[in-house]
Parts: sequence; C-alpha cells; structure tokens
Amino acid sequence: MTMTRFLIRRILSGIVVLWIVSTAAFFLFFARNPDIVARSLAGRAATSAIISEVKRNLGLTQPIMVQYWQFLDRTLHGNFGLSYYNGQIPVSSILARDIPRTLSVVVGGVVLWGVVGIAVGVLSATRARTVFDRVSTLGVLAGISMPTFVLGELLLAYVYVPLNTHGIGWVNTGYSGLSNGLAAWSGAMILPWITLATVQAAVYTRLSRGSLLDTLGEDYIRTARAKGLTERRIVYRHAMRAALTPVVSQFGIDIGAFLGGVLVVETVFGIGGLGEDAVTAVTNGDLPTIIAFVLIASAFVVTANIIVDMLYAVLDPRVRIT
Amino acid sequence: MTGPITPETVLSAQSWPTDADLTDDVLVQVDNLVKHFPVKGGGLVARTVGQVQAVDGVSLTIRRGQTLGLVGETGCGKSTLARCIAGLLPVTSGKVTFEGKDITNLPRRKMQPFRRDIQMIFQDPYGSLNPRRRVGSIIGDPFAIHKTATGAARKKAVQDLMERVGLNPEHYNRFPAEFSGGQRQRIGVARALALRPKLIICDEPVSALDVSIQAQVLNLLADLQKDFGLAYLFIAHDLEVVRHVSESVIVMYLGKIAEAGPKDPVYDTPRHPYTAALLSAAPAADPEAAASRQRIILSGDVPSPINPPSGCRFHPRCPKAQDRCATEVPQLEVKAGDMPTHLTTCHFPVQAGEVLASVSRAFRGEAR
Amino acid sequence: MSLSELEFQAQTLEAAPTEAIEGRSQWRLTWARLRRDKMAVASMIVIAVIAILALLAPVFASLLGHGSAQVFPNSGLSGTGGPVSPGTHGFYFGTDELGRDLLVRVLYGARISLFVGITTTAIATVAGVAVGLISGFFGGWVDAVLARFIDTVLAFPFLVLALSLAVVFGPSLTIVISVISFFSWAAISRIVRGQTLSLKEKEYIEAARSLGANPWRIMFIDILPNIMAPVLVLATLSIPAAIVFESTLSFLGLGIQPPTASWGNILAGAQSYYQVAWWYLVFPAAALLITTLAFNLLGDGVRDALDPRTERIFAATRKRRRRTWAGRPATQLDALVAPVPTDGPGEA
Repeated sequence: MTMTRFLIRRILSGIVVLWIVSTAAFFLFFARNPDIVARSLAGRAATSAIISEVKRNLGLTQPIMVQYWQFLDRTLHGNFGLSYYNGQIPVSSILARDIPRTLSVVVGGVVLWGVVGIAVGVLSATRARTVFDRVSTLGVLAGISMPTFVLGELLLAYVYVPLNTHGIGWVNTGYSGLSNGLAAWSGAMILPWITLATVQAAVYTRLSRGSLLDTLGEDYIRTARAKGLTERRIVYRHAMRAALTPVVSQFGIDIGAFLGGVLVVETVFGIGGLGEDAVTAVTNGDLPTIIAFVLIASAFVVTANIIVDMLYAVLDPRVRIT
Repeated sequence: MTGPITPETVLSAQSWPTDADLTDDVLVQVDNLVKHFPVKGGGLVARTVGQVQAVDGVSLTIRRGQTLGLVGETGCGKSTLARCIAGLLPVTSGKVTFEGKDITNLPRRKMQPFRRDIQMIFQDPYGSLNPRRRVGSIIGDPFAIHKTATGAARKKAVQDLMERVGLNPEHYNRFPAEFSGGQRQRIGVARALALRPKLIICDEPVSALDVSIQAQVLNLLADLQKDFGLAYLFIAHDLEVVRHVSESVIVMYLGKIAEAGPKDPVYDTPRHPYTAALLSAAPAADPEAAASRQRIILSGDVPSPINPPSGCRFHPRCPKAQDRCATEVPQLEVKAGDMPTHLTTCHFPVQAGEVLASVSRAFRGEAR
Repeated sequence: MSLSELEFQAQTLEAAPTEAIEGRSQWRLTWARLRRDKMAVASMIVIAVIAILALLAPVFASLLGHGSAQVFPNSGLSGTGGPVSPGTHGFYFGTDELGRDLLVRVLYGARISLFVGITTTAIATVAGVAVGLISGFFGGWVDAVLARFIDTVLAFPFLVLALSLAVVFGPSLTIVISVISFFSWAAISRIVRGQTLSLKEKEYIEAARSLGANPWRIMFIDILPNIMAPVLVLATLSIPAAIVFESTLSFLGLGIQPPTASWGNILAGAQSYYQVAWWYLVFPAAALLITTLAFNLLGDGVRDALDPRTERIFAATRKRRRRTWAGRPATQLDALVAPVPTDGPGEA
C-alpha cells in the first residue's frame, strides 16, 4: 500500500492506543472511594474545605461512567484540572511553561543519541579492530553499564564544578530559554544532552556496529566489491540501508526508556521541565499533574512510534505490505 | 466379476488383492481424500484468493503386512497425502478409516490410541531428531507419551530397540549430532517401532542417504516387516527403490492418481503415458540396455497446483494428448487387457508395443 | 599387522568394560568455553565477591558497631556538621549527612540491588518463557492477542507507570519489583516467541506430533531445550538492567525509601553534598558501576560461549596460537604433536 495509507493506518491505531491508555489511567486514578480520590487530587496539604470543593467541582460522587465521560471531555479540551499543591494554578499553565524545557532536552538528546550512536557504530565497523574501534569499544562498555543519573552526577561533580570554579561559565545547570540567547541555552543544555545521549548511544553504537558488520558479510556486498565499487560507496549506499533497519526498529522500543532518561536528567540538572514536575508531583502527592504527565508522555511515545514506523517503511519497503 | 468395471465396483471389491493370501485384512482405507490449502491474498483484510489443490480425490487401500509404494515428482501431493493419513493435517473432504474405524479429522485425544498403530519415518535424518535431546530419550518418547513403560523398563526397551535396528545400545546417552546420517535414520526407525505399530508411513526415508547406506536401511526395513508383520506406505521418487520394496504401487501426478496396481504389471506394462515417461527416465544399471532404451522427454514444467489444467491434468505435457483430454476428466479404471487390480486414469492409454513420441509437444489450447 | 594381532586387538576391544557413553551436551561445551574466557571468569569472581559481601553485610555492621540506619551525630559528623571523610573514627567509607556509616550502607545497598536483580529476573524469565512459548506455539488468535500485548508492554514508558503506581499506592519494594518484572518479561517473551515460531516448523516437532504428544509436552520437552541459549543470555543481561532500573527509581524517590539503604537513594542524598564530600558520591557510584559492568561482561561472555561467532566487546586477542584438536589431546600421539591447549575462547 502507499505511504499515505500506511500513515493513516498508523495514526488510527495510535489514537486507539491513546484512548486505551487514558481510559486505563482514568480507572487507575479515579475508580475509588470519592473521598480518597478527592484527597489525592487535592494534595497532601489540603484542608477539608478544599477537599469538598474538589469533590464538588469534579463531580466525584457521580456514577463512574459519567465521570469517565466528563474526564474525556475535559481532557480533549486541554483542561487538566488544578494543581492544588502549586497554589491552585491550572495544570495546563504548568504544562505550557515547562514543555519547551523538556522539548529542548528531548530534541538535543535524540539528535545526539542518533548521530553519535550510528556514526561511531559505522566508523567502528568500517575500521574494525583498529585503535579507534578499541577505544570506542571501551566507551561503549562504560556507557552501557552506566545508569543515567550516575553519569549526570559525575558530570556535575567533575565537569561542571571544576569548570565553574575556574571561571568558565558557559556550562550551566538549570534552564535558560532560547529567547535569552543561544549561548545560555546551549550552555545549560550541553551536559544534559551528553548525559542522555551517552548511555543510549553506547547501546546503539554496539547495535549498528554489529548490524553493519553482519551486513558487510553478506553475499551481495561481496558481489558489489567484486564489481569494483569503492568501499565508501558500498558502505554508504548499499550496506547502510539494510544495516540500519534493526537499529531503527530498536529505536521505537527504546523511546519508553528514553523518556525515563529525560526525567532523570531533568531532576539531576534541575531543568524544571515536565519530567521534574512529575517527580516532584509524586513526592508531593499532586495527582492532577501526574495525570497530565501520563497523558502527554503517552502521546509523545505514540507519535514517536509513528515516526519510527514511517522511517522503517522508508528503509524497508516490504513493511508497507502489512 | 460381472457387470461393467467402474471405480465403485473395483473399490468396493477391496482393490488389489495380491498373490498373497486373500484373507489379509484391510488396515487403512482412504476414500476420495481431498486436501486443499487456502491461499491468502493481500489487501486490507486477509482474503482467500485461491486453493492449492494438493490432493484431489485419492482413494487407496493398505493391507496388513503389505507394502504400498507411492511414487511421484516433487509437488505431486504424496507427502501431503501421507500426512493426512497420519492425522498430521486436517482433511478437507473424504474419509480415512483404520481397521474399519473412521479416523478422519479426529481431535487429538481421540486420535491418541490410533497413534500407537500408525507411525511415521521422515525424510531428513538431520531434521527429524531433536538436536538437544539424547537419543535414548528420543526413542523412549513413545513409551513416555503413551505411558507404557517407565524407568529401568523403558531404558531396557529402548536399548533392545537400538540393538534391533543395528545401533550400539551403549550410545543411549549420545546426542544425534554424534551419529551419521544412516544411523540417525535408524534412530528414527527405532522410535517408530517402539510401540509395535501396525503401519509405518515412510516418507522418502532413504532419499537423503548415500546409496550404499540406502541399501542397509532398506534391508533393515524389510527385516522388520518380516519380524513384526508391519505394513508400509512407502513414499519415494526413486522408481527402482519402490519396485524393490513394494508389492503394489500408486503413481501420483498433481494431486491425482495416474496409475495404480501390483508392481509387476505397472512396471512392465505401464498404461499411463506419465508412468511410461518416468520409467524411461530412470537410470538403468546395464549401460547397453540404457543406450538402447528410448527416453521420453516431457516438455514444460509441472503446472502449479493452484491452477491445475482442465480435464486430464497431464494433458499439456502428454505425448498422446488429444482434444478430449482437455475437456473430460478421465476416471480411474481398468484398461482393456489388464488385470482387474491394475487401474489407470487415461483416455488413451499406452498400448503394448507402442512407441511414444520421444519428445512431447506442449498441447495447443490449454498451455498450463 | 598380522592377522593374529588384529584378532587380539578385536578381542581386547570386546573384552574392554563397556560403560555408558555420555554425549557431550551443549551445556558442558558452553561451560568449558566459558571457563577459558578470562573476561567472563573475572566477572564471575567479581560478582561472587559482591554477593558474599552483600550476604555478610549484617556481619560487617556488627563488627564495626555501625547499623545501616544508625546515626552518629558526634563521631560521624565533622565540626561543621558535615559528613566526615573516609578513615576517621572507624568510618572506612566516611559518613553521610546524618552521620551514618557509608560502608555499611553501601553493603546493605548491595543486598537490595542483588535481591531485586535476581528476583525480577527470575520472575521475568519464567513468565516470559511461558508466554512466549504459548504465543508462538499455539498461534492463531492466541498469538495475535499476546504478540500485540508484548509489543505494547515493550514500547511503554515504564517510568510513567512507576510514577503512577507510586503516587497511588506509595513507593515500596513491592512496587519496584512488580514494575521491573512487568517490563523485563516482555523482552524475553518476544525472543522466545520468535524462536518458537521458527522451531515449530521443524521436522522433529512434526515427529513428536505424529507420536501423539500433547502440545504442552512438545513445548516443554522439545522446544524449550532449544531456546534456553538465548534465554540464558537475556536473563544474565536482565540482571544489570534491573539493578540500574531499581537504583534509578530509588534515586527519584519512587523506589526504596530512606532510611533503608539503596545505592539509588544514597546517590540522591549525595546530590547536595558531593562538593564537600566526594566519598558520598564516589563509593556508591563505583559499587553500582562495578556491579553492572561485571554482569554485562558476564552476559557477553555467556553469549559468546554459547555461540562463538558473535562480536564481543572484548574479543579476545585472536593471536594465532597453536591449535589442538578439540582442545585436548585425544591420544598419546596427539599429545606429542600439539602439546599445549589454547587459552582464550577455544575454536568451536
């Protein structure tokens, strides 16, 4: 089938998945005694007055299916309720403020992850068993054994602090919006990006290296060599496509793990994006923010998966038939 | 027999009584077995766009203690037929009876007791044994599954079996990888023999073996048949091997029976042009005889079983084909001058002394 | 040789005691290869040491007189109220901001990590193999449903689920184990299902069916032994993944809660103090890194021992060493010709 038809099918199934997730989230959070639900929505520091107000506003005493319908309705309108912990401001305003931060982290992280992972992998494969390969192998080893938060803390302690104490102020923690200048923005983002990307890139370096080495051993590559094509042309025009397909499909699975990494990185570097909001929301019992985060995260994963599927279909035309 | 000889009368008369004692029982009776595999098409929803007509109306009889040979090219449906009889594939239509009881499409639990009597030997000595299991365990499987022997008794039975088929019982704990191809096939035979079956279906048991080993395994099968009164359904594509082991022979083409009967009439005076062509192509041991023999070369490839030719399925490649062959399906019947047990499916059977065209022309009209 | 000599030889052979001949199973060969792999052996030793230390944590605690949750505001805190450095007052790893013995806490953290790693892997392996076998073997709608389910679980952002459960039920060890198991089994299941699908078509499976074996017997006696190899590799590699996962959850406050020590929550505390107390960051981080590294290397080694073709992280130097036949001299004559067995992964 054509790419458009493929895309439409994927989008439709993505919507179904989102619907299932939001339904599951709803029942997980709301399908209990209205008092308990109201209390958890209102946060730890709530007074009984606030709790009753919450109960009334959200109609928690109504039958569960009515609540479900209202929940769907509210969500589709972008109304995620009020964050009582943060002084009763609407959750959607928190989202609006913090999504750009998370986006900065995500985009930079993904680019670095993909580019470095594949580039190093390809170079290692084409220069198998040379010094470059050995060194990158050591790097890979370090990367795959390293939890993200440990790397983040280590970078903070042994890169950020020394740099700052020696007067190099570019590398920073926290967040600075793009509107404040590229230097400030990138300075705050560089360490989070490196942290995020290293761990994931290590896995992908190994994967792409192995995949490319396998592909280069195939008969049709041997034929291309016999035809007299240059090695560079063989690798980049012929082998890459086949070698990259397992990498791309693995990418789709790892998006979930990647999200976890984003959360961790935001917490360690104090970026104040959605991830950090979610974590503090758990510690403070701020349920509405969590719900919003769950939905946004699922939407992100679904979208990312659709993109990955499209990419995969471009690389491997056989997939379009299913 | 009085009256016209039709397929029904012939079949109902318990076809192919051999020279042996006519009180031999009928072990397996297959009536008009049809096996079609659906071909799934593409599109948004999986649809069935066609049928692979693997077996299309085959009837046969296997008698106790006898060997029925089944010959044909690759893709003619003989392996599928065997698996239908063994209950490994569900049958699309038709009937299979064993000792008078209907075993067509029985659910697994009901089929279980029959599995002790019907066993199978497979073609690939390397694929038919689980590489991660010890040989003793593999041969002991039937005892374990049907709960007939455990522990030391089972081990003893397995080792007896190993000895019987010519293997060293001390190799009980070895893995299949440590045996040669011929030995592995013997392991398969031992496994099939464990529960003293009445019928063993041999699906090309020697095709994958060297010729010298083939002889050994065939001799083993013959000995076992004598000792245990086994019946064999012997499937092969090598005509000489089939002649050596069988009493009766069926020649299959594209899912249907081309010719059937006791082996001597079929081999000496083949009536179906396909049988004649096959026999002419078989290598002869005597070089002079081979040189003087006329080879019949069939043109074209075997057509696809999804879209078989109309009328007689062989007509596009047949050297004797005429208009009638493209329109009318021939019946399996006795031809003039033949024994009542020698049946052929042909409108224009080969006559005695006839010399067929050495190269057949593809029949104009239905090219497939 | 003369005829009488031949006869004599034949007689000797027949008279020789016949013992049951054991075939060399896949596992024996694998273990032999693994033993010769230096990296893998080193990893196994390291893991063994860590395991022993973890088991003996209470012993260390009582020997030192410091409990894992016991605060020592006087001897454990410096004059300015910060953690003391390693070596002071019998705190070999120093203390944390509450004056707790870091060495003891790190050892107790090892207990948690190893326990979580092994338990979740065990659960995930059993569940994953079962589901994968059932899904792959039965096919049809069972497979359609289960395969979709496996894919969904695999793609799911696990941290989101952990968050949700933590907020509803409160963080605890049970939640940690449940969440980690839930996501590990899917990876194993997917591999098992793939293998089962391809093995299902093999002739020996058909042979088993013709013997009358029921589906369960075929799955567990015929198919399972053939998939144990990749399952073993995956299981070995699941352990460090689980350890990392647990420490991440504890770090974020969603897992093990203080005062129970977990490497994750120790490192969370270290965030505020690493500038004045490097030991607070370095020791737990090192422990975590060494453990995961060891398991990863072991997994790599196991994978190579099972299937020597694959590319390894530290491919043993493929110097041209003298080869022997199958690694060991079979007769005296062979011993004379090629005396030295190779080291490094042997030729398969």
